[in-house]
Amino acid sequence: MVKLAEWRGKEIFRKYGIALPPGHVARSADEAASLVSQGTVPLPCVIKAQVLAGGRGKGGAVRFASTIDEVRAGVNAILGLDFKGEKVKEILLEGKVAIDRELYVSVTLDRTLRLPVLLTSARGGVEIESVPDEAILRQPIHPFAGLAQYEKRRAIASLGLSGGPAKSLGPLLDSVWATFNGEDAELVEINPLAVVGDRVIALDAKVIIEDDATFRHPEYSEVRDDRTPLEEIAREKEIAFVQLDGNIGVIANGAGLTMATLDALMQFGGRPGVFLDLGGTDDPAKVAEAFLLMAKAKPTAVFLNIFGGVTRCDTVAKGLVSAMEQIPAEDRFPLVARIRGNNEAEGTAILRAAGIISIPDLKSSAEAAVRAAAARAISPGGPAA
Amino acid sequence: MTVLIDADTRVVVQGITGHQGTVHTRQMKLFGSKVVAGVTPGKAGTVVEDTPVYDSVQEAVDRTRANSSCIFVPAPFAKDALIEAVDAGIRLIVIVTEHIPFHDMLVMYHYARARGARIIGPNCPGIAAPGVPSKVGIIPNVVFRPGRIGVISRSGTLTYEIVNGIREIGLGQSTCIGLGGDPVIGTSFVDGLELFEKDPDTDLVVLVGEIGGTAEEDAAEYIRHHFTKPVVAYIAGRAAPPGKRMGHAGAIISRGRGTAQSKQAALEAAGVRVGHFPYEMPHLVADLLKEKGRR
Repeated sequence: MVKLAEWRGKEIFRKYGIALPPGHVARSADEAASLVSQGTVPLPCVIKAQVLAGGRGKGGAVRFASTIDEVRAGVNAILGLDFKGEKVKEILLEGKVAIDRELYVSVTLDRTLRLPVLLTSARGGVEIESVPDEAILRQPIHPFAGLAQYEKRRAIASLGLSGGPAKSLGPLLDSVWATFNGEDAELVEINPLAVVGDRVIALDAKVIIEDDATFRHPEYSEVRDDRTPLEEIAREKEIAFVQLDGNIGVIANGAGLTMATLDALMQFGGRPGVFLDLGGTDDPAKVAEAFLLMAKAKPTAVFLNIFGGVTRCDTVAKGLVSAMEQIPAEDRFPLVARIRGNNEAEGTAILRAAGIISIPDLKSSAEAAVRAAAARAISPGGPAA
Repeated sequence: MTVLIDADTRVVVQGITGHQGTVHTRQMKLFGSKVVAGVTPGKAGTVVEDTPVYDSVQEAVDRTRANSSCIFVPAPFAKDALIEAVDAGIRLIVIVTEHIPFHDMLVMYHYARARGARIIGPNCPGIAAPGVPSKVGIIPNVVFRPGRIGVISRSGTLTYEIVNGIREIGLGQSTCIGLGGDPVIGTSFVDGLELFEKDPDTDLVVLVGEIGGTAEEDAAEYIRHHFTKPVVAYIAGRAAPPGKRMGHAGAIISRGRGTAQSKQAALEAAGVRVGHFPYEMPHLVADLLKEKGRR
C-alpha cells in the first residue's frame, strides 16, 4: 500500500487532466515566498501540511495567507509540526478558490462484487465515513466495459448538478477512472471536489497505489509509506514485518498462521511486539535475516511458530541456528520454538543439536513463550538462548 | 463425491520447470493426483518428474486431455497464463502465484467467469480431496486423512494447522479449499459453501477466516438463508491492531470494519460455532458432530 501525499496525488491528477487550483509543493518558507512572488501561487492562498493522516483542518495543519509575510509565518508554523506521529517536511501552497459547493468522488475496489465501484456524494468536505449510505451513490463499473455514459449521467443527476459544473463532471469522472486503472490504484478519492463557478476543481487528492503493482510503476519506489525504519528494511528483504506495542517477537510463516499465533499469545496474557511473517521460502539465509532483524527490534522473548509447507522445517532450523551464532550476546533473547509439517523430524533434530527444544503443541508453546517473556521482564538480561 | 476435483481431474502445471513447479508436481503425484502435463514456453520436449512438458496449454490439453491447471508462473505473467488456460478449455484453475496485482485479477476473474471457468486463488494453497486422492496445489500431503469434513480457508499455513488438528483427533476431510488471502479471489467462502451444500459426502464445514474485508460476513448471510449443514469457524487476527496490514493484502482492519469481533458476531447470529484459537477447532468439530449424531 503506497499512500501518496496530496501533492503527489495532484501531480498525477494533472497528468490525467483533472482541474486543480494553481499550486506547488515547498519545503521551506523561502521557497514558499518565492513561489508567491514569482506568481506560481496567487494570493490569497492556503498552506497545507503534506501528511498522510486525515483531519488536517481541525488539527492546525492548514493555514490561510493573504500576504507574503503571512505565507512565511504560516509555513514556519506548519513545517516541523508533529502531526499524529508524522513530522511535517513538505507543504502544499495553493491559490484560494471561491467554493460554491463541496462534492465527493472516489473509485475503489468492492471485494465482494469483485468490481471497482464509483462513489459519488453531494455531501463532500466531510469524512465520507460520517455520510449516511443513502447519501452516497455506489455504481459498480465492469472492467471490460469501463465507465458508461449512463453511469456518468446518474452521478451528475444524484449530485444535483446542471449547466457548466454538470458539463465538466463527465470528463472529471473519466479522468478519475483512468487514474484508478492507469496507476494501478487501490483508491482514488477527491474530497472535496469543489464547484467553483461553472466548473469542478479537485481541492484534495488521496491516491493509494497497490503494492503488488509497483513492478509496473518504478516511479513510486522512492515514495516511503508510514513504515518504521525496521519495517522498511524488512520490506527490502521481502519479509512481512509489523511493529506492534508489546514485547514478544513472533516469527511465523503465512499471514493467517502469524495472526493465529498472536491470538494464542494474547490468551495467556502475552503482548506481541513484532509480527514477522517469513512467507514461503526455502532459503536458510532468508530465515537467518529474519532472526537478525528480530534481534534489532529487541524483543523480551521470541516465539517461532512454523507449519512447514513451501517453507520446510529443516530450512527454518538451519537459518535459526546460523542466526543465533551471528546475533551479538547483548541482543540475544529467550526463544520458544514450534516447528511442524514438512521435514519436521529433520528440523527438530537440527534444533535439538543446537540445544533448542521444539514444543509440538501450539497451545503449550504459546504459553511457554509468554512465561519466558515474563521471567525475563522480572530479571532483565536473564536467560538467553 | 467430492467438491471440484475427483478421479477424473487431470492436471497441467503451468510453470513446471521453475523450482516450486517442480517440487509441487512431485508432491501432487505422491499424493495421488494425475499430473499429466507441464507447460513452460520454450521448454517443450523436456520431462520434469516423469511429466511431459509442452510449449502451450492447448498442446498439453490436446496431447494429454488435461482439464485442470495449477499455475506457478511469476506474478507479472500470471494474467497471460490464466487467459491461455481458459482459452485452451481448462475449467478449473488453481493459482498459487502470490503478489498478482488485483487490477490484473479483476480481468482474470471476469474473463474466466464469462467462459465458464473457475479460479481458485490467487496466492492460495489450492484444493485437495484425500479420499480420491487428488490435490491441485501445495498443501502438505501429511496433514490429510479421508473423511467427511469440508474445509474452506482464506489462509495457507493456518489451513495446514487446522486440517492437521482435525486429523490428529481421528477425523478426516472430504475436500479442503484454500481460497487465498488477496483482495480479489476467484472462489469465495460463499462459492465454497454452495459447493459443499450439494456434496452428500460432506457432513460439516470448517471455515477459516481472517480479519479484513467482509467475506466472513457475506458467508454468515449465506449460511443464515441457504446452508443446512453445521459450520464451525475460526477468525484469525483477534489480537491484530487496526490500520496495520497483517501480511495478507486483505488482512487489515480499517475504519473500524473487518474486525474479528464483527465477523464472529455475524457468524454466531447465523448459528455458526466460532472458536477463538486454532487449537479449539478440532474439539468444536468433534462436539458438534456428536450433537448431530454423526459420530
